[in-house]
Amino acid sequence: MPSIAVDSLSPVTIWGYPLAKAVMGVLMATFFAFILYYTLKARKGREVYVRPIAGLAAMNEAVGRATEMGRPILYVPGIADVSDIQTIAAIVILGEVAKIAASYDTRTIVPTRDPLVYPIAEETVKNAYTDAGRPDAFRRDDVRFLSDDQFAFTAGTTGIMLREKPATNLFMGAFWAESLILAETGFLAGAIQIAGTANVSQLPFFVAACDYTLIGEELYAASAYLSKDPQLLGSLKGSDLAKVLFGVLILLGVACANLPYLNRLLDRVFGLPAYELLFRFN
Amino acid sequence: MTVLALTWQQAYHDGGIWVAAILTLAIFSFLYRDNPVYKLAEHIFVGVAAGYTVAYAYWQVFVPNLWYPLHGLYRGSYPGRGTEEWWWTLLLHVPAALGLLFFLRFSRRFSWLSRWAIAFLVGAYAGVNLIAYFQSDLILQTKGTFVLLDPARLAEDGWYKVLALNIPILIGVLASLTYFFFSKPHRGVLGVSARTGIFFLMAAFGASFGYTVMARISLFIGRLQFLSYDWIYPLFDLKPPLS
Repeated sequence: MPSIAVDSLSPVTIWGYPLAKAVMGVLMATFFAFILYYTLKARKGREVYVRPIAGLAAMNEAVGRATEMGRPILYVPGIADVSDIQTIAAIVILGEVAKIAASYDTRTIVPTRDPLVYPIAEETVKNAYTDAGRPDAFRRDDVRFLSDDQFAFTAGTTGIMLREKPATNLFMGAFWAESLILAETGFLAGAIQIAGTANVSQLPFFVAACDYTLIGEELYAASAYLSKDPQLLGSLKGSDLAKVLFGVLILLGVACANLPYLNRLLDRVFGLPAYELLFRFN
Repeated sequence: MTVLALTWQQAYHDGGIWVAAILTLAIFSFLYRDNPVYKLAEHIFVGVAAGYTVAYAYWQVFVPNLWYPLHGLYRGSYPGRGTEEWWWTLLLHVPAALGLLFFLRFSRRFSWLSRWAIAFLVGAYAGVNLIAYFQSDLILQTKGTFVLLDPARLAEDGWYKVLALNIPILIGVLASLTYFFFSKPHRGVLGVSARTGIFFLMAAFGASFGYTVMARISLFIGRLQFLSYDWIYPLFDLKPPLS
């Protein structure tokens, strides 16, 4: 039985070009083609179905609860900077949530950690209040830059939870070690909480301490679902199709690694048995 | 003079420990309830962290990366005119201009120009990160799922590795993928697969939760060790039990 030693092997090439790069190029092109196709389709006004997501259905209810109680809502767009795709998704969701809050005449408090996220969040909330026909209800002081330090930001945000008593806490975006501190404090303060993050290591804390949690990609789906933006919807549908493609690729990969006749075929084409080829794909 | 310096050094060290110990206790006082002492500690923390960030950004980012090179450029001292380094330094005017655009937020008339800087940053980062994410989050993870299911090829672990590790990886990845499929309602086969996926996700979350709680307890132990070993024991001239 041949032993597999990944480090000692050189990259596999196809017509002199690294196979890994070629495959990645083809996959990326396919991925973009999917997204482009569905974006164009959504732009033409075709109905794009997105399955209901529990946390999103509760969003209206959560904002409504804050209105009934006469308290603000707290929206934390994560602690990452603007380069993180999760922050961008969180800002899109913030726009929609602030619009709902504005239509209910409810304050939206947005603490930010990144100096660049701060002006974007401020602009987003301001536009949302204007779009909802309530530009006068927008309070500049409600969008705040607290601190660039992770735990100083956390301390400031928990302070807001305890003193301004928001009825609804929304945590959307990238979170790290502060996730449980925020969610636990919000729980103790009696707020209804909806969280969403793609940081897998922090999801357990949100699942445990929040009423609803958007898991991983649901965060990106939420931004598309709420905004109905053709570009985001197209991206969501395109990535769905890519998931099917990658599911098939995984099954094919496993088959290649395990079926003897496929092994022999790949051995004949590339001069290597399949399992070695797959492990050398780096 | 040396004795005086040592005394000052000692006082500085001891004072630091006292401040850290009192602030630690002030933060722990939240375990009882929100109170003025906790509020004071919280405000000090937020204020000091914000001040530190500004000072750090000024001295570690702005001054060495922008101010010194441009200062040298205008004084003609560094780098030599026409050299490659000179051209690169000249390019620093672009980030300087983009940075200045942020200050236009204070102007009602021109605040929209600050969006250009933000758009540049978001676009540049998205472009740079695209390949890295595609490579690490997609390609490598897909490759990691190409598991061997034939025990004969798994030299040491055999059946154990197939049953306990490789089959759950394959089923878990495929089922979790279907949970994140948004284009169809989760009914029928897709529903069963999605429910299986959420089962795998929750099992992973449970393991991660336990692991992280252990890490947090070790942080708490660290603070208690600081309070006892660095503050209480030297204060009362006690011998630490584990020393």
